[in-house]
Amino acid sequence: MEKEGPGDSPDKGKRDFCRMILVGVASLSVPGALVAATERKSLSDWYGIKYKPAEHLYAMGIKVDRCIGCGRCVDACKKENNVPDYPFYFRTWVERYIETEDGQTTVDSPNGGKDGFRAPVSDKRIFKTFFVPKICNQCEKPPCVQVCPVGATYRTEDGVVLVDSKWCIGCRYCIQACPYGMRYIHPTRRVADKCTFCYHRVVKGLLPACVEVCPTQARVFGDLKSKASPIIQFMRFNKTFVLKPGLNTEPKVYYADIDLEVR
Amino acid sequence: MDHEIARLYETLKLVVGFIYPNEIELGWNLLIVVYPYITGLVAGAFILASLVKVFKVKEVQPTYRLALLTALSFLLVAPLPLVVHLTHPERGYEMFMTPSPTSAMAMFGFVYIWYLMAVLLMEIWFDYRKDFLELADQEKGYKRFVYRLLSLFTKDRSHEAFAFDKKAVYAITVVGIPSAFLLHGYVGFIFGSVKANPWWSSVLMPIVFLFSAIVSGIALVLLIYMVVVLLKRQEPDMACIDKLASFLFYMMIVDFSLEFLDFVHRIYQSEESIHILAQLISERLFTSLIVIQLILGMIIPLVAIALIKMFKWPAEIRRLSYFIVGLLVQFGIFSTRWNVVIGGQLFSKSFRGLTAYKMSVGGIEGLLVSLVFLVLPFVILYVLIRWLPPWEKEETPPVQG
Repeated sequence: MEKEGPGDSPDKGKRDFCRMILVGVASLSVPGALVAATERKSLSDWYGIKYKPAEHLYAMGIKVDRCIGCGRCVDACKKENNVPDYPFYFRTWVERYIETEDGQTTVDSPNGGKDGFRAPVSDKRIFKTFFVPKICNQCEKPPCVQVCPVGATYRTEDGVVLVDSKWCIGCRYCIQACPYGMRYIHPTRRVADKCTFCYHRVVKGLLPACVEVCPTQARVFGDLKSKASPIIQFMRFNKTFVLKPGLNTEPKVYYADIDLEVR
Repeated sequence: MDHEIARLYETLKLVVGFIYPNEIELGWNLLIVVYPYITGLVAGAFILASLVKVFKVKEVQPTYRLALLTALSFLLVAPLPLVVHLTHPERGYEMFMTPSPTSAMAMFGFVYIWYLMAVLLMEIWFDYRKDFLELADQEKGYKRFVYRLLSLFTKDRSHEAFAFDKKAVYAITVVGIPSAFLLHGYVGFIFGSVKANPWWSSVLMPIVFLFSAIVSGIALVLLIYMVVVLLKRQEPDMACIDKLASFLFYMMIVDFSLEFLDFVHRIYQSEESIHILAQLISERLFTSLIVIQLILGMIIPLVAIALIKMFKWPAEIRRLSYFIVGLLVQFGIFSTRWNVVIGGQLFSKSFRGLTAYKMSVGGIEGLLVSLVFLVLPFVILYVLIRWLPPWEKEETPPVQG
């Protein structure tokens, strides 16, 4: 086929038309880019000058043998984060496992363990019993983030999964997708809510409320990118495990001394 | 809110075993049962319509336009339960404005718009264009204007133009079949891709959704056709009804086989979740799964159609039996959706206990609103039938260009 010159091409009209569309579409992205730039600026304002999220990666260690089931962590979390004080909404809770000699395991968590636990009443002889604190696993591959249709839930650079309460449409797909039952619809704000590792505290160098109040230091919080962090020590001196590893969510909450009954 | 909290306290008493504390409130309720039921009817009705155009099944020609209008009526209602169910419906448009590329749900809006605009409306428009022109000639006043508007003010009455309309309908149907598969297979994928939930997480889910959709769509058009013929006091076309029942039968066999395969596969693999799922069926879903979905909605209709086929029953009895079969299938498929959506949330992801679903009557998420969404498509269908009469005149021989 002979190549036609630019001036006499019968396709010139079509080409101009395509060019016009391309330019039009490209110009649509200008306001988007401007908005992105301003949001980036407001983000750095929020964090403050000294804090660089990319330099941190938060994680929690939970030493199951140390938990005494006092429920202070649940209470502190509810107070710190304004979690509604009903037994249906929890950012963290404590489960009690009772294994009896007949090989049965029963689990309970009355009011999320917030008020502690009553002595077990059972005719069966108890084989062993222990408490397991639960909290959002801040997965590296969070299924909740994957399924959110509008990107209202996201993972920060420092490894915390958050929900933008001004963006969430309340479709509840994230609640279905979380294998750990960590999310709920906040009854007054009507958006998905979950543990944030007390993000407002940790970016200021403070500990999450549940870690702060734990009387036995069953919960260890730290920065995986800082060698001096307590979490590094926890990881080094304990054999650790994550919940539901088969789902490949790569949790950032590590358990030590855990039992195979825990899911 | 107090009412909501009181309801949760009531539900707390029904919990068996241990559930994670946040699991007491079911995220997806009756509205989300209605949504896949309705989209299934859309996909099923469209695939029935395509039998005429693409697979040249002449017997079901009388239901072609009825099926298209049924699909449109239900498609218009399909997004409503979804939007109403959002806790922030005013932000629902964000699904279009800021869709997350990794989210299966984010694609809903685009799949929906594609199916509505590129498939269903286009096909109906090309199929009805000739009728619009003729109706505009017959009518006077505002009706005439409405038909002109519906025809988008086209004036071309040449044989070539009408021949083109026919070709367009064929081409759109060819594109429409995979689109209908996409529409409902995709709804199945929304559930099937949730790896956290063993009741949903199955690669078969989209295809099971699809075939149950075809079953429900054929049964619905069969019912509507029989009712419409009755209301118009016409003689029903028994060849058409028998053919519809045959297709219903074949599709139910496929659907049944797929669900049976899923069942056997689960039992044979016997994964970690098998005990809680067995408990779920025996303690929470026995009526809706075993009695309604399986026995009433599947086995009895299959046996009934098989008997009708084996023994040549008189037309009257056949019609009555098909009508009852159609109704049973609708209950069965609605139950199927219920068992997927509600059933999938009744067991704890700790696999240690069951929660319960206490349905409310009033309120946005109550029974009444869902009933409205189930009745609304029929109101729309009534209006559509009044304005776009689906009764076809004798087929004129194809025009040679």
